[in-house]
Amino acid sequence: MNYKGNEQGFYGEFGGAFIPEMLYHNTNELKENYLQIINSKVFKKEFKDLLKEYVGRPTPLYYAKRLSKKYNTNIFLKREDLNHTGAHKINNTIGQILVAKQMGKQRIIAETGAGQHGVATATVCALMGLECIVYMGEVDIKRQAPNVARMKMLGAEVRPAISGSKTLKDATNEAIRDWIANPVDTYYLIGSVVGPHPYPDMVARFQSIISKEMLSQLQEKTGRDYPDKIIACVGGGSNAAGAFYHYLDNTKVELIAVEADGLGVATGKTAATTQVGSEGIIHGSKTLLMQNSEGQITEPYSISAGLDYPGVGPLHAHLFKTGRGKFIGATDKEALDAAFELTLLEGIIPALESAHALAVLKKITCKPDENIVVNLSGRGDKDMETYINRMD
Amino acid sequence: MKRTEELFRTKKNILNIYVTAGFPKLNDTVPIVQELVKNGVSMIEIGMPFSDPLADGPTIQHSSEVAIENGITLALIFKQIEEIRKTVTIPILMMGYYNQILQYGDKAFFEKAKAVGVDGFIIPDLPLAIYQEKYKQILQHLDLDFIFLITPQTTDDRIRLIDNESSGFLYIVSSFAITGSKSDIQQNQLDYFEHINKLNLKNPKLIGFGISNKKTFDTACKHAEGAIIGSAFIKALSKNNDLEGSVKAFVQSVI
Ligand SMILES: Cc1ncc(COP(=O)(O)O)c(C=O)c1O
Repeated sequence: MNYKGNEQGFYGEFGGAFIPEMLYHNTNELKENYLQIINSKVFKKEFKDLLKEYVGRPTPLYYAKRLSKKYNTNIFLKREDLNHTGAHKINNTIGQILVAKQMGKQRIIAETGAGQHGVATATVCALMGLECIVYMGEVDIKRQAPNVARMKMLGAEVRPAISGSKTLKDATNEAIRDWIANPVDTYYLIGSVVGPHPYPDMVARFQSIISKEMLSQLQEKTGRDYPDKIIACVGGGSNAAGAFYHYLDNTKVELIAVEADGLGVATGKTAATTQVGSEGIIHGSKTLLMQNSEGQITEPYSISAGLDYPGVGPLHAHLFKTGRGKFIGATDKEALDAAFELTLLEGIIPALESAHALAVLKKITCKPDENIVVNLSGRGDKDMETYINRMD
Repeated sequence: MKRTEELFRTKKNILNIYVTAGFPKLNDTVPIVQELVKNGVSMIEIGMPFSDPLADGPTIQHSSEVAIENGITLALIFKQIEEIRKTVTIPILMMGYYNQILQYGDKAFFEKAKAVGVDGFIIPDLPLAIYQEKYKQILQHLDLDFIFLITPQTTDDRIRLIDNESSGFLYIVSSFAITGSKSDIQQNQLDYFEHINKLNLKNPKLIGFGISNKKTFDTACKHAEGAIIGSAFIKALSKNNDLEGSVKAFVQSVI
């Protein structure tokens, strides 16, 4: 089975580019150029150097001793929280900004939900001296004030998306509309493995550095270059795609994708797309999404803004449908419990998104001799308000 | 003969008006279309309100939200078109997004549309390649038009390819824009319209996006068989409660 997608960006029946003609030229220009650019010597060197010197890679694969003891197994944390700007998101923005520069683009646009991708985009734009416009739902702007301030300090313009539900899905719509209106000088820097081909493939390639490092780190620490299980949370699915990438074809590795159950799948207040969603088209990609019988896209809910998206990338839809990936949910409460547990056992405050991945340790059986990697996609600074409220 | 074919054979300066189904009130669609026809509009595009209309600007987005809130469904839109067809003989197109059609059931959607008297479709996010692979045959079999968009960035080769695959007319997107972007038509747009005319395409052309009043409509008619107005009309509907009066006043201000 091919899990990496074909030339037209199809993962099985999912993916593709379902876009209006106004975007044909833009996406085609990117499709024709991205592989050649990212496989060039110049790009590879610049990408590698920036990841090392600027982002701080490789990130450690940390053996979490007390957490392992508690679950009577071997748990390794892939420390994406230690990246510059505090999450895996910057692996992708470094890669795409280099592509944008190669293509001669002057103006960068992006969408953001929690603001993590917006901050990572504003950061690389400051680094490269490029104009940066970030679309963010009006509701999210209010919920994520510190990240809005960071983006502004980094020189980005934050434009509120005021249509629909005024959250991530609508910010993405606004970014796409901006791209339609400015097709010549503008590069759309997408934040996850979503959107029309070639974005899901390109973003997965940039995030694949996560599992690439795991190969040698696991070899060194366990004498084997693969673990028994990899656990990662899924919003759009980029950190999971990166953590799974080099193990997609190694069926000895169980791939566990964790979605946000929100208040519980049965309540309808959820972002667990594979559980409540169905096949359709969102943001130019055929995939699983949350919708009603009329095909109207519905509003997801999660305590974690980064998982609050009504779809998953086409790779994940394919992993779900073929059974290659195991999809499990964690509720708001389970994620909060897991965040406090990690903090007290290991002295690491995780992002709420990553806490969803940690929460499933309670829901799966792990043998004492097994090696489990949990992708710790980000740090919890941005979520302190939620954590403080919980302590009160 | 198809209604669209008949229209382009016999008429010039064609005005095609976009109407969001279920807006401003759920059951306004039928009287709006009847009034449009009474005042000389040549073609109607019935918008299927969608939650995430990527190609549309704020006016059509808003009208779609209101219509969904009002309770519009595809089943109801088909009923409304059936009602309209009792008296209206001009071409009627449906405009919407691919996800809506997939959820209804694609084949069932096209067959139902045919049965209620629809003449063709504009589905901006259904790409040419998928149309060729999955829908060309069934639409040809049902004798329905599928209308593609052409933009200032579409290459000549691709324009010819699209022309070859289209029936009804070609939708010429006037500029780099989503619907409802408004300004006067600039010289570079005129050059682009003329460039397309020189390609001697087999299909007639209607210009859309940014056509909002008599001035822009007249200009479009000099360079194509006619034009499509959407957002400007929807805005006019939102202004007051006299539905028929607003429709009449708007159409009379344009033609
Ligand atoms: C720390 C962190 N983890 C995970 C995600 C979810 O995104 P993805 O599924 O693309 O990794 C986000 C998104 O904002 C995030 O900030």
